Amino acid sequence: MIVASDLSKRYPGGFEALKGIDFRIAAGQLVFITGHSGAGKTTLVKLIASIERPTSGSLIVNGQNLSALRRSALPYLRRNFGMVFQDQKLLFDRSVLDNVLLPLQIIGLPRRESIRRAQAALDKVGLLQREKARPIALSGGEQQRLAIARAVVNRPTVLIADEPTGNLDSESATEILEIFAAFHQVGVTVVIATHDQSWVARYCPNVLHLDHGRLP
Amino acid sequence: MSAWLAQHHAALASAFRRLLATPLTTFLSLLVIGIALTLPAAGYALLDNLRELGRNASGVQQISLFLSLDASKKEVADIESRLRSAAAGKWKFVPREDALKRLQKSEGMAEIVASLPRNPLPDAFIVEPANTEPEALEIMRKEIAGWPKVAHVQLDSAWVKRFDAFLKLGKLALWMLAGIFAAGLILVTFNTIRLQVMAQAMEIEVARMIGATDAFIRRPFYYFGALQGGLGGLLAALLVGAGLHLLAAPVADLAALYGGSFSLRRPGLLETGVLTAAGALLGWLGAQLSVSLSLRKFD
Repeated sequence: MIVASDLSKRYPGGFEALKGIDFRIAAGQLVFITGHSGAGKTTLVKLIASIERPTSGSLIVNGQNLSALRRSALPYLRRNFGMVFQDQKLLFDRSVLDNVLLPLQIIGLPRRESIRRAQAALDKVGLLQREKARPIALSGGEQQRLAIARAVVNRPTVLIADEPTGNLDSESATEILEIFAAFHQVGVTVVIATHDQSWVARYCPNVLHLDHGRLP
Repeated sequence: MSAWLAQHHAALASAFRRLLATPLTTFLSLLVIGIALTLPAAGYALLDNLRELGRNASGVQQISLFLSLDASKKEVADIESRLRSAAAGKWKFVPREDALKRLQKSEGMAEIVASLPRNPLPDAFIVEPANTEPEALEIMRKEIAGWPKVAHVQLDSAWVKRFDAFLKLGKLALWMLAGIFAAGLILVTFNTIRLQVMAQAMEIEVARMIGATDAFIRRPFYYFGALQGGLGGLLAALLVGAGLHLLAAPVADLAALYGGSFSLRRPGLLETGVLTAAGALLGWLGAQLSVSLSLRKFD
């Protein structure tokens, strides 16, 4: 459950990315955040994932108010989310498997159990055969699927993606969205920021349409 | 608990991997740290051996106790029992007749001795004190001087004091040197870790965004610093040991020429351990400073 009320985010320098928005995302929902480029989609995604903190207003995620949370408590909150970044942020100095292992190392899971879970996550996105490859050797669509595997290996309650189909051809993009839909079907809350309206009709998600930092 | 252990194990393993990933850089860093630690460690070994040499040098720390010419056999026995009760160490009684005979044997002295109307030499004790600390020697000299029929007590204390002062000065200089090189080691580690943080900016950024605590991010760098410093310390101990090994034979020859025997003391397990631990501690400190400063920009 994610509840925002009068949520604003102002960046240093004065740019106001979000201007007092209110919304509610129930557990298990599939939600698209849409809007033009610069409307505040990425900012909202980062706020929900507790990567950035609101300037004013309240954002309650899993019962915790982000504005009031101590800095030292943030890492533990972030572990509830699976995050797929716009630029993927894969680590190119290590194998596909090691990329997926990172979130499990962070929570201190024993290595054997970690590898088992990482392989299961890679299997879900169809990359198990590539586990020893370097991310650089993967295609754009495969890299995006790797980013998803890393996001879900931790079994998050909320899966958040920022423009996950941005640079992909429509076939790869469909594959990616099918994967997200599958997670939604097993009860994971899925929040996807996209400028592409064409998917809305297909998946009938709840839509938060941002316009210059506001929800109309 | 097991998660905590697993994370430390992973951090240590990752620190090892980083050391091995850039062998040349690692080798050069270790060399810099090793050499920086070698200088004070070699100085310590030198002082240690000098102190040993001072302790061994015979004749230096003897107290010569000359009785008055009119001392009777009974009074000599009294002095001896006083020495015994003072637990003074070892001593040797030199009767005046023996002293004269020894003097006669010296080259050119026979005639002079023969021309003397009577034996001018007193009875004497040569004391080798058990406690050779300069202060203790001085206290003993004063005490003996107060005994009856003791005409003169001679302690070559000036030599001992000078030597002791020299050692003290050496020790102080050594500490200053060690301080400077310790700072150098911290700086070397600081810089290595700073470069690493820069090289791993992406990993740090991602890890933070998906729920890594500060401790998780810092830990591998701490281990890296401690590991690098510790290995540098070990290298320094090996270098000093090798240096002393090379010096051992010439020193023994030199000592033999002076009619003595002296063997260099080499760093043992304890000294090696201390040096390694000191290196590790300084490396850890450098990593701590570096990580604290470098990670600010990720906030």
